[in-house]
Amino acid sequence: MTQRLRMGVILTAATALLLTACSSAKVDNAASTTPATTASTAACGTLNLAVNPWVGYEANAAVVKYVAEKQLGCTVVTKNISEQVAWQGFATGEIDAIVENWGHEDLAKKYITDQKVAVDFGSTGNEGIIGWYVAPWMVEKYPDITDWKNLNKYASLFKTSESGNLGAFLDGDPAYVTNDEALMKNLKLNFKVIYTGSEAALITAFRNSEAQKKPVIGYFYEPQWFLAEVPLVHIPLPTYTAGCDADPAKVACDYPPYHLNKIVSKTFADSASPAVTLLKNFSWTNEDQNLVAKYIAQDKLTDEQAAAKWVAANQAKVDAWLK
Amino acid sequence: MELLRRIRDRRSIPLATTLVVFVVLSSVLGGRWNFPLDRSSLTGFHTWLNQVGDAIDAARNANPLMMYTVDAIRSSIDWFVTLLQNIMSQPPAGSSFPYIGWLGILAIVGWVVYATANWRVALLSVIGFYAFGALGFWTASMDTLALVIASVIIALIVGIPMGILAGIFPKFESFMTPFLDFAQVMPTFVYLTPVALFFLIGPASATIVTLIYAIPPALRITAVAIREVPVVVVEAGTSLGTTRWQLLRKVQLPLAKRTIVVGINQTIMAALSMVTIAALIDAPGLGQVVIKALQKLDVGTSFQAGLAIVVMAVVLDRSTTAAAAKVKRDAEHGRGTRHATRRRIGLSIGFVGVLVAVYLSHTFLFAAQFQNEGFLGTPIARYTQSATDWVQLNWGSATAWYTDWVSNWFLNPLQNSLVDAPWFVTAFAVLVMAYVFGGRRLAVTAVFLIAMLIGTGLWSDAMVTLSATFFAAAITIVFGIVFGAWMGRNRKVDRVMRPILDAGQVLPAFVYLVPFLGLFGATRFTAILAAVVYAAPASIKLVADGVRGVPETIKEAAIAAGSSTWQLITKVELPSARRAIALATNQGLIYVLAMVVVGGLVGAGGLGYLVVAGFAQSSLRGKGLAAGLAIVVLGILIDRITQAASQPRVREAIGNNH
Repeated sequence: MTQRLRMGVILTAATALLLTACSSAKVDNAASTTPATTASTAACGTLNLAVNPWVGYEANAAVVKYVAEKQLGCTVVTKNISEQVAWQGFATGEIDAIVENWGHEDLAKKYITDQKVAVDFGSTGNEGIIGWYVAPWMVEKYPDITDWKNLNKYASLFKTSESGNLGAFLDGDPAYVTNDEALMKNLKLNFKVIYTGSEAALITAFRNSEAQKKPVIGYFYEPQWFLAEVPLVHIPLPTYTAGCDADPAKVACDYPPYHLNKIVSKTFADSASPAVTLLKNFSWTNEDQNLVAKYIAQDKLTDEQAAAKWVAANQAKVDAWLK
Repeated sequence: MELLRRIRDRRSIPLATTLVVFVVLSSVLGGRWNFPLDRSSLTGFHTWLNQVGDAIDAARNANPLMMYTVDAIRSSIDWFVTLLQNIMSQPPAGSSFPYIGWLGILAIVGWVVYATANWRVALLSVIGFYAFGALGFWTASMDTLALVIASVIIALIVGIPMGILAGIFPKFESFMTPFLDFAQVMPTFVYLTPVALFFLIGPASATIVTLIYAIPPALRITAVAIREVPVVVVEAGTSLGTTRWQLLRKVQLPLAKRTIVVGINQTIMAALSMVTIAALIDAPGLGQVVIKALQKLDVGTSFQAGLAIVVMAVVLDRSTTAAAAKVKRDAEHGRGTRHATRRRIGLSIGFVGVLVAVYLSHTFLFAAQFQNEGFLGTPIARYTQSATDWVQLNWGSATAWYTDWVSNWFLNPLQNSLVDAPWFVTAFAVLVMAYVFGGRRLAVTAVFLIAMLIGTGLWSDAMVTLSATFFAAAITIVFGIVFGAWMGRNRKVDRVMRPILDAGQVLPAFVYLVPFLGLFGATRFTAILAAVVYAAPASIKLVADGVRGVPETIKEAAIAAGSSTWQLITKVELPSARRAIALATNQGLIYVLAMVVVGGLVGAGGLGYLVVAGFAQSSLRGKGLAAGLAIVVLGILIDRITQAASQPRVREAIGNNH
């Protein structure tokens, strides 16, 4: 009985499917490539774009991809990889461009100077700031905390299970350069550096700090989408002068400002692709990036939607990149 | 029983003495001779490893033979994975849909699982696959599946023959053991970058990273399966004059089949557990979704994708387990019953249905593209997000208090004594343990391993990691015993708990890191918690199996003698399941150690952080590799000592009779 029932169900289902199929739309394989794109694809070809794992970068990549595809007819292949792997991709010929690079002198020496497989393509227009930050409520409550000389006064506020008798200072993503351990020693601050190990850990800590009024101090950077949610306050250290960070053990000054730049592969730079001009000229402000990053991270738009929205409002800037 | 107790006593005296000596010496001599090393300082060994790394990088292009071999491997794997992707997930060039759409895949899955297992599991699988679309990740799930299928097939092609060899030739097995240990314990972060350099960014690298982790279980379990074949049967075969090849094909392999299927199951699980890590070098699929969501701290989306991974694991696990059971049933009952004939008819009709479904999904839009994708996933993501937000806001202070309490009372004393103790005091304690449990041979191994640990230059970080590992393992074992005993005694509890445990084992840690961080901050406690989520399920399952295996007769005798339930559990069932508990301890420790790197991402520092830093910064690459080595050394040391401890020395007393 159950056997027959099962068979009946299967047959009915099959018939139903066949019936729907007859009246249903067909998979149209020819429609995938529009003639307009094909024509210019020949001129541009494929652009292999590295996408490093942070939202600000994703914003740059989204806009470059959108413009290259829609206005230059390129085929853009994005590859989600970390920074080291991306630089390495210049050597293996798999990466054409990195669109937001933070320093990385060692990698630049290896791939630009020594192996000559990569080329510096100039600033993205974004200024990177690395430094010490606290949540805005702390500045309201302790206005003089923004002067580093007063930090010892507040050190005990920041004590946690991880820091013993000292205040806990949260360090972030291991990908970023940090001098904080040396800074604590050389500026005689009673803080212990806790390596949180990821950006997610840092952001969560600051988010909780603001929501629960819990004292947290740590390493952070701009541009970063999270600053649109909680505008962390930067605590300046003794001003950076060229060479003051030469000896990592004796650093007693702030981090240098980073001029974020674009790196492309030598082969790509030498090619006739119209995307070369785009990458060379691509430049925008921190506000621009923060806006697109906010579309992606907080408004949950896809990369393409976010880029489309920004480009629609800033066509003039885009046109300048293409000249 | 009496004998065992005496043996235990004989072991406990030197162990207790060592513990006392350790505590006294480490507090007297504490803070000296303990190899501290700054975060950014490198030892000569680390710089050397950096140079070795650079030399290998350079060799890639310089050595034509190497380049040729590597390229051949890469292009064939790339071809294979791309083929699978074109079939199920990604449109081939010039098309906008893969060859087979969702309806065809569903039909194929149902039919294959029905053919190899039974219709109940087939139904579960079809529902599970439908859920991928309903959760909103049809394409990503199929990408992940394509990668898992490719990795598992290659892992089996390599692992099973080698496993057979290892089963037949014990020498080959002992030769392979260190390599397998290495492959299973070495954190993936350490070799992601070099693999991506040699095999380029793409499916091949992702597959190879997965293979490194997935081949060992296939090999190991096959070897066990071959060795499990009763000696009597093999001898009978040999005396009948069969050749070695015939013996293998006609006797050993058929009898080992069921265990080999278990190996396949473990291989699949291992492959699936690499999904998120492989996404760091652009492996397509669900891992990408999880990583991207983590960047945005989007707990909802990452949970949604994590759920799809769990569903995939449960479907693959249940169907392969059911297939293993069917292999066993077929072997016992033979075929050709009336039931089997009916089944065959069902399968043939079903096959026609599969062909129809595949045709439809290749031709018509409704069957090619999942309709209304994500109708289930979007609300799930929203509820998860608001639930975690609420919990974080309202429980924040209570959890912070708890974190402090545990850290100050347990973690800090433990860590301080291990980190502060001079290295020779700790080394001495480890040696005594190794000697007491494993005799002179293990003690010699331990000397060698400790020397290696010192050689890595990361003694101090290793002790930080070790203390967190011990603490997490202790919680894991307590959980294992409590929940394992409960599950083992009660079928209903088992049925409810098992899917939760499966989820704990396969849910990528990246999914729950953010809520954990929200509650417990960037602390060692968060890292320990993450480790327990991952490790406790294995321990609980092992203890449950052990408790269930206690013979009814023993239990009945105890009940007849008037034992209460409590007495029955503590005096009869748990002691009888002692071997299982020992195994659960061993596995608990190893699983906890596997999460050290994740711990490094949430503030636990130690070796885990160094591994992550080595992945992120090229100047720290050598140090990261050294940290990886240190983790392997700790893993092997812990594994050998706990294994020796779980094997009663009685066997030695009786003599090796095999």
